[in-house]
Amino acid sequence: MIDQLLHLLPYAFVQDMLLAGVLVSIVAGLVSRFVVARNMSFAVHALAEVGFTGSAGFILIGLSPVLGLLTGSLVTAFFIGALGLRIRERDAVVGVVMAFGLGLGVLFITLYARYATEAFTILFGAITTVSQGDLMLLVAMAALTIVGLGVMYRPLTFATVDPVVAEARGVPVRLISILFLLMLAAAVAEAVQVVGVLLILTLLITPGATAERLTAQPGLATAVSVGVALLATLGGILLALVTTVPVSFYVTTIAFVCYIAARFVPPAVGRLRGARTT
Amino acid sequence: MTVPQGEFLAVLGPNGSGKTSLLRALLGLTALAGGSVDVLGRPPRRGNPAIGYVPQHAGFDRDVPLRGRDLVRLGVDGHRWGFGRLSREDRTRVEAALEAVAAGPYANEPIGRLSGGEQQRLRIAQALVGNPHLLLCDEPLASLDMRYQQEITELIGGWARDKRGTVVFVTHDVNPVLGYADRVVFVVNGRWAAGPTDEVLTSETMSGLYDAPVEVLRVRGRIVVVGEASGAGFDIDEPHHLPEPVGAHQ
Repeated sequence: MIDQLLHLLPYAFVQDMLLAGVLVSIVAGLVSRFVVARNMSFAVHALAEVGFTGSAGFILIGLSPVLGLLTGSLVTAFFIGALGLRIRERDAVVGVVMAFGLGLGVLFITLYARYATEAFTILFGAITTVSQGDLMLLVAMAALTIVGLGVMYRPLTFATVDPVVAEARGVPVRLISILFLLMLAAAVAEAVQVVGVLLILTLLITPGATAERLTAQPGLATAVSVGVALLATLGGILLALVTTVPVSFYVTTIAFVCYIAARFVPPAVGRLRGARTT
Repeated sequence: MTVPQGEFLAVLGPNGSGKTSLLRALLGLTALAGGSVDVLGRPPRRGNPAIGYVPQHAGFDRDVPLRGRDLVRLGVDGHRWGFGRLSREDRTRVEAALEAVAAGPYANEPIGRLSGGEQQRLRIAQALVGNPHLLLCDEPLASLDMRYQQEITELIGGWARDKRGTVVFVTHDVNPVLGYADRVVFVVNGRWAAGPTDEVLTSETMSGLYDAPVEVLRVRGRIVVVGEASGAGFDIDEPHHLPEPVGAHQ
């Protein structure tokens, strides 16, 4: 197995795939911290599922499924942002938009006869089957998202943990919400390439949730979150290369093991939390 | 009215009388429907670094990954774009702010696990870390027990005294700030009266504001306001017991 890996690593497509994996992991690790803190799991799901519709639509007219996903999730983000940013109405709006988006997806699948395999790929993820061109597109998208998140990192943190004072200090809280939604849409479109629409939460929730269990230090939590995403993604890609099981199975399993391990961290290591023993 | 530098102004009144709106206007977050206001000599603007803000105590989630010192740090660089480490100078300021409110011993604890009083101390450090000239406080004592109310008021009053800072302190209970407030403003349904506590909190002035018979009692150093409008006793301690101002429903 190791031999097989060492044999595969020199290939350009494997290296591209790993590069894409690294960048997507950084995006996922950053984003999942805020998804967890802002309670946006449902929005993530909607962005991914309507991304599926976008992807199906683009395949139907002969365009890149990666761009289709991005388009689908960005359009969804736009609707969610325009119709309801307040927490109270957000879930309802997300549900409404997601239902209609999936309805369109059904139409596209029906119209495209050879769709079954492609649909499976988008639903369950298979970065190993993404074309060279799309892989480069993915790298570019992920790099841009990292820059975007980097620029808004501090005000986003402020607006997330302490919105009232953030607003009083002049942070444009509403603008930040909208920008984050767009970054989230991009992150979803990217992570779907690795784990698929249905397993998206494994990259956009689990790393952040794991980090929260381990430390109360915000900067360290972000680092841990990125670390978990990297471990799961790269581990998943490498294992999938030398076996016949899809990437997404390995990614979800590694991420889940990390989370469970974090839940059972002994108190000695829990000092990292700086928690009081109450 | 004008609030001179170094004054501690308490803003009182029943819920819905616009106390929070006043603070939002001073912060540049809400435009005035009429009239005009200047803050530190200029029209209000968002994110004025010369203003510190202490909100009502709203408990943090137990597991939120944020330590006390991180909350204070947000007061230094939370509004700046990008990533970034604190400069040595800024780190010193965070330490000094923690020191000033005696929050050192629990500065590294997750904030969600601290008591309400400890969280409010950190809030004050967060507001003061930028060395403001004006401190706006929106019900900073709400849902704190009496001991913490005294501690928090002393911290704010002490800052105003030592640094000649100006304080606008919104509260529904005047008693904790009796020893600190230079003047009070009492707002009821668009009517208001301002002046030294002893002049505003009188049966005569309050009855005029409420347009109904209201009696102000001084009992053991505390002030209790009792009205007949609802037929029941009420005091400023319990805002829900304040009588509806006449005409509120018209």
